[in-house]
Amino acid sequence: MKEHSLREYVGLEEVVGPIFVIRNIHNVGYNEVVEIVDRDGRSKTGMTLEVGKGFAVVQVLGGTGGISLSNCRVRFKEEALKVGVTEELLGRVFDGLGNPLDGMPKPPYEELLDVNGQAINPTARDYPSNIIETGISSIDVMNTLVRGQKLPIFSGSGLPHDMIATQIARQSRVKEENFCVVFAAMGVKYDTARFFIKSFEESGVLDRVAIFLSLADAPSIARLLTPRFALTCAEYLAFRKNMHVLVIMTDMSNYCEALRELSTVRGEIPARKGYPGYLYSDLASIYERAGMIKGSGGSITQLPILTMPNDDITHPIPDLTGYITEGQIVLERELHARGIYPPVAGLPSLSRLMKDNIGKGLTRDDHPSLSSQLFSFYAHVKDIRALASIIGEEELSPLDHQYLKFGDEFEKRFLTQGYFERRTLEEGLDLGWDVLSLLPRDELVRIRQEDVDKHYRPRAADER
Amino acid sequence: MANVAGKVFRVVGPVVELEGVSSLRMLDMVEVGEQHLIGEVVRLKDDRAFIQVYEDTTSVKAGDAVYSEGRPLSVELGPGLLGTIYDGIQRPLDVIRQKEGVFIGRGVHSAPLDHSRRWHFVPVVKSGDSVVPGQVIGEVQEAPLVKHRILVPPDIRGAIGMIVQEGDYTLNDRIATVIDAGQEKDVFMSQRWPVRKARPYRQRLPVSEPLLTGQRVIDTLFPIAKGGCVAVPGGFGTGKTVIQHQVAKWSDADIVIYVGCGERGNEMTDVLLNFPKLIDPRTHRPLSERTIFIANTSNMPVAAREARIYTGITMAEYYRDMGYNVALMADSTSRWAEALRELSGRLEEMPLEEGFPAYLPSRLAEFYERAGKVDTLGGAGGSITIIAAVSPQGGDFSEPVTSHTKRFIRCFWALDRDLANARHYPSISWVDSYSEYLDDIKDWWHTHVDKQWQELRLVIMELLQKEQRLLQVVKLVGADVLPPSQRLVLEVCSLFKNGFLQQVAFDPTDTYASARKQFLMLSTIIVFYRKGEMLIRKGINVAELKALPVYTEIMRMRQQYSESQLEELAQMPRKVEKALAELDF
Repeated sequence: MKEHSLREYVGLEEVVGPIFVIRNIHNVGYNEVVEIVDRDGRSKTGMTLEVGKGFAVVQVLGGTGGISLSNCRVRFKEEALKVGVTEELLGRVFDGLGNPLDGMPKPPYEELLDVNGQAINPTARDYPSNIIETGISSIDVMNTLVRGQKLPIFSGSGLPHDMIATQIARQSRVKEENFCVVFAAMGVKYDTARFFIKSFEESGVLDRVAIFLSLADAPSIARLLTPRFALTCAEYLAFRKNMHVLVIMTDMSNYCEALRELSTVRGEIPARKGYPGYLYSDLASIYERAGMIKGSGGSITQLPILTMPNDDITHPIPDLTGYITEGQIVLERELHARGIYPPVAGLPSLSRLMKDNIGKGLTRDDHPSLSSQLFSFYAHVKDIRALASIIGEEELSPLDHQYLKFGDEFEKRFLTQGYFERRTLEEGLDLGWDVLSLLPRDELVRIRQEDVDKHYRPRAADER
Repeated sequence: MANVAGKVFRVVGPVVELEGVSSLRMLDMVEVGEQHLIGEVVRLKDDRAFIQVYEDTTSVKAGDAVYSEGRPLSVELGPGLLGTIYDGIQRPLDVIRQKEGVFIGRGVHSAPLDHSRRWHFVPVVKSGDSVVPGQVIGEVQEAPLVKHRILVPPDIRGAIGMIVQEGDYTLNDRIATVIDAGQEKDVFMSQRWPVRKARPYRQRLPVSEPLLTGQRVIDTLFPIAKGGCVAVPGGFGTGKTVIQHQVAKWSDADIVIYVGCGERGNEMTDVLLNFPKLIDPRTHRPLSERTIFIANTSNMPVAAREARIYTGITMAEYYRDMGYNVALMADSTSRWAEALRELSGRLEEMPLEEGFPAYLPSRLAEFYERAGKVDTLGGAGGSITIIAAVSPQGGDFSEPVTSHTKRFIRCFWALDRDLANARHYPSISWVDSYSEYLDDIKDWWHTHVDKQWQELRLVIMELLQKEQRLLQVVKLVGADVLPPSQRLVLEVCSLFKNGFLQQVAFDPTDTYASARKQFLMLSTIIVFYRKGEMLIRKGINVAELKALPVYTEIMRMRQQYSESQLEELAQMPRKVEKALAELDF
């Protein structure tokens, strides 16, 4: 560290919210770290948001409480914000800025990395392959998760997204020992964080989890850095230490709110719903840090959780997220209200990387067409239900009744499974055929004849 | 070497303000600070200049020197472009990876084309010949099927002073001189061109030929002409990217330029890994041999995202000038518009709707007008077709980028969320989409495929319209109460949707359908409808028609008959007619 050469300035010009302006300074770079020591000797970290000739605008990560204009000392560190990374981060709990919360000392780091990361050269990326069997049929069969993918859970307040995330983390514990989890909590309640930690503990993976907590009461600015600390750590584990890292981030909505808050304080021109115009770029700088790199054995799979404000999928946060991530798992309030767990919405959920990683030689030959057929039937079921609500179920044709029956079984048998139930992909596919076989054979137009011959097994007539 | 043009006064994200500027011109390229980050002048005021920097500006300080060579942001054009992967400011990503490793560092400079590689040059003019701008003076075999024509730069005319013999030369070798108004000017195999300036041509021509994409819903229902512009709007998950990939793969353009604008890294990787493996059905060569990739994923610097669309179109114009039909895929222009908005915000300009700057429509117009079919300066005919994805916020087509784009395009493939949800791909809606190129290209179909094309297309379009109205009724009372003739319409439309419009990109047979296959499939379905209608009038019910084995056969035509089995497929209309005739006794 070049501490000795650092100049120290005293006195600020203006403090607004988490930001202050300082004048008469020299040689300060954009986006660099600033140390602020207030009147009582407490030290805070900040970053330069804007620099100009003789002035700088600095955002303070710990909040500006206690800072006065005259009595505070400011030191410019002349480097970007860095985090010390090591394998020792696993099994530990940190706050949003990388300080230990578990009472143990900060682990000695092996490398200091810029938290902002760098863009992966697209020619250096490897295309995600190898599915992750989560043991949840609605994901494995219908929206397959692939190693190196970023697949968010679009949820709403009160829906069991945390349970699904922990179930995935627990059940997808691939046989290999080099699997680990990085967990980042942004602006969530303590209870939520506690739930995650407890469930990691119960499934015995806690020593394979690095936890970064920036809870609801932490200053909102810290939330902006939490995912970056977590992902820098994940990148180190994946690309230097060749581990398969699952990054769970909750809740991205809180992150975006913090971004909006800061943008407003800076007086920037808002785009939609007050969010800054660069929300897309900013989210991309987080989500795009998932993936695989040629020549490295590790991978980063992201499972961000976001609660859609008012369950509105067109809100800028889920909307822009959907444009960056490779699909989404959407949770549906109606299914949840009917007691169906996991309430994975049949139609809007999607995994973009699924197509290249399932089927012949990868999972099972019939997998792609089976899932496509289930999707299309389920869409048809929704139409029939809408019709039934108008003309009454009695008026429906016999075929429509069969579809309704299929819809019910699809939801109650195929979608539904227990929090501790681990269904293999094979079992999931067979179950899919089981409910599909409620419909006449001729309806299965999306499936190749051979596959129909092999798997179609109608139940005895009386059962229908 | 570059001179100091000014000093940094202020840094706000990707925008840097300079002071002490005297010699900079608008749109000049500059290098900022000791890392030599590349940027472009976007505003001048007194002795101040605003620079939009194409790289991350972390650690740039007030007082840092800024250098300029006094020339605008330009691209290098010459043999070696094909098959290469560039970032938004034409840095070859492959070379950068070898130099810098897996992450893209800052201030990395690398020549866009390989200047040490030798190309076999064959002259086609002699010393003393008089040449005009854009005239071909020689050829280089750039890829097995692409002859790269070396053109006289657009600003030079006169007589050839010297031209080299046939042989191997590098891009640094002077291959000819042209005596222009008494001055001898050197001509190399490569040339530079400013990206924001359209390359000149002799005149615009009306479009007349379809760009065949092998996608049935496109070629048959909403065709695009070579030299046309199409917008593909759709919310996330509706399949924009797959459509772009499919058109890039199977369209009959000579050259494809794939501009990934702020999209997913993994998607770009998919393209980069797959294209070299895919074989063009017409030429039997790998598709990457005719493709240039421009990759600027969403986490790469935002300003470069703004520039890359111009980088792409300038390359397209260059190949057009050689007499090729070029297709440019831009995925997605919304990201480009957002980059414009972000930069505009940083420049503290007055925002309009949703924060977009007032000049959004004029920038869009400038871009789309660079497409077209032209008579080139050298006298050849070439075209640029733009296929631009639009990602409307919240899937709302009334937002500024989509609505402004609609003013400058003549073909619109609206992607529908409900279709995508039912996994009906390509999810191009037959209700909201349109193509104004039908009249321009119908003659092509009539001469090359069948005279009945327009008529049959109209029959099916009318049926689809009718179906829309009927579905309103069905939603209220169910399909059972409809008279048989109307139920037949529903049945035929469902057959058409499942057996024709749907196309599986990942099925080796189904992924591409030639114009002839499309027409045969279409006429088979129309025969089924026309015959069926007659039978219905005679009292045969729809269920009987549906129970015919031939019905399932029609449904499976798309996967059953490959391009080499079209003769068998040609029997289908007659087979259907016969099968239906058997019901009628």
